[in-house]
Amino acid sequence: MSERTFATVWPRVLLYTLLVFFALLFAMPLYVMLVNSVKPLDEIRAGDMMAWPHELTFQPWHDAWSLAQIGVQATGLKPYFINSFLMAIPGVAISTAIGALNGYVLTQFRFRGAHVVFALLMFSVFIPFQIVLIPMARTLGILHLAGTVPGLVLVHVVYGIGFTTLFFRNYYAAFPGELVRSARMDGAGFWRLFWRLLLPNSGPIIVVSIIWQFTNIWNDFLFGASFSDYSSFPITVALNNLVNSSTGVKEYNVHFAAAFIAGAPTLAVYILSGKYFVRGLMAGSVKG
Amino acid sequence: MKAPLIAKAVLSPSVLLIAVCVYGYIAFTGWLSFTASTMMTTLTYSGPEAYVRLMGLNNWILSVKNLGIFATLYIVGCGILGLLLAVLIDQKIRAESAFRSIFLYPMALSFIVTGTAWKWLMDPSIGLERSMHAIGWDSFAFGWVKDSDLAIYCIVIAAVWQTSGFVMALFLAGLRGVDAEVVNAARLDGARPWRIYQRVIFPQLGASFISAFVILAHMSIKSYDLVIALTNGGPGRASWLPSLFMYQYTFTRNEMAVGAASAVLMLIAIAIVVIPYILRETRGEGRHV
Repeated sequence: MSERTFATVWPRVLLYTLLVFFALLFAMPLYVMLVNSVKPLDEIRAGDMMAWPHELTFQPWHDAWSLAQIGVQATGLKPYFINSFLMAIPGVAISTAIGALNGYVLTQFRFRGAHVVFALLMFSVFIPFQIVLIPMARTLGILHLAGTVPGLVLVHVVYGIGFTTLFFRNYYAAFPGELVRSARMDGAGFWRLFWRLLLPNSGPIIVVSIIWQFTNIWNDFLFGASFSDYSSFPITVALNNLVNSSTGVKEYNVHFAAAFIAGAPTLAVYILSGKYFVRGLMAGSVKG
Repeated sequence: MKAPLIAKAVLSPSVLLIAVCVYGYIAFTGWLSFTASTMMTTLTYSGPEAYVRLMGLNNWILSVKNLGIFATLYIVGCGILGLLLAVLIDQKIRAESAFRSIFLYPMALSFIVTGTAWKWLMDPSIGLERSMHAIGWDSFAFGWVKDSDLAIYCIVIAAVWQTSGFVMALFLAGLRGVDAEVVNAARLDGARPWRIYQRVIFPQLGASFISAFVILAHMSIKSYDLVIALTNGGPGRASWLPSLFMYQYTFTRNEMAVGAASAVLMLIAIAIVVIPYILRETRGEGRHV
């Protein structure tokens, strides 16, 4: 063991100082959101956003949830929070199921042009969605889905398939070939191979896909802003309307509480399953 | 195994959806950009006049200039901060996963949520400026978000804060894959730690650098939500990006052909960054038994 001299200790001190400094910097906006969401408005206006609240109040949370004026009526965020769940749950489930089937087909069977299909699929996850906004708006109009939650579900499924297919494709590509071959020798057909062999061994990638899709769909703003109306706003659009509406007094504390409510579901998912979240990020980026 | 009919039947709805809703729509928007569509669509070809008009619009020139500033600082900022954090984390530290989680949590949040926090934090009438005055630093001034020339830099700050943790995770995965024997050999030769990073470790992170660049570049071109939440494109139009331009011209100003043309240019910019990357990634793949 080397001695603990100044020369051996100070790099560690510097290291931890830097780490703690950056950790505080990264945590700061979340801290600001939290403490200011429980301060009376006067206290925020009078002074210091970084300060701990003198007087604790949960009124801003109550206002943000059920009183704030967002749509035509002063309903608070509640109906939009529900909209986001009504949009995210089917969106996540359908796109994940389709992705699993596509991944299975693309890896376990030979196709002419599989190469091209894969490249086109991969490019589709990178496109700027501005390029599809105009025709998609028309399509939703023709289908009578404009301004509805089911319309948003459809859009998120269509533009989520690329991601989910890539997740499952890469996962199944590494699936042991002997197992598949011996199951086929035993006479397993198309569906049995999927239900009995691949799907029961897909736990981790299903979790990755669900988390990734949920985070993406919940956090989406562009599609929500383009294709929804007052009755079907997702939470992100409602939050933005609340904060950026130019009328009336700026209730910072209510804005912070609202922002926290809007962020809470994805933050909770991140805290509960950070490992899978990171895997999704990596799978969604490094390896297409 | 050759695909049976059922396999093709399962795959075909997705192929059809992607063909129509991605590539078909791209073709449709591309066609619109060569028409004279305004609020109503017309499908009659009218040459490249929308592009000519686009190139002459000050709002477009400003948006592209802002994107240049934003993308450069965003990519460089996230790259440097992400790599630094990855190297710090990689020093066999205590509470590694806690630090990692803190640096990465912004990625789980919507840009609208974080944009709201940053909007009020950077607002000189209540935010950071007031806090600094409260601790006695009276000359501290930070009103960039209200300044036409500086608002775009506020977006850079918030965006770098949001995405650096992701870049950190990318580099950390790369660092963990570095050949330990080569590093040990260099250490035994008495090389200083910094030299080892510079000469032995960083050169092995080529793939991570490329991934980080492609992801950050394409994210910067697509950036929309954060600008809306933080400045709403303002003051005035000072912090517009092409994504805001497209939306405004298409849906608010009823110049659909010009909006379509701007979307096509955004797509081309992304294609230039992404297609070489996809070709590299898919080479030798896509043929599975």
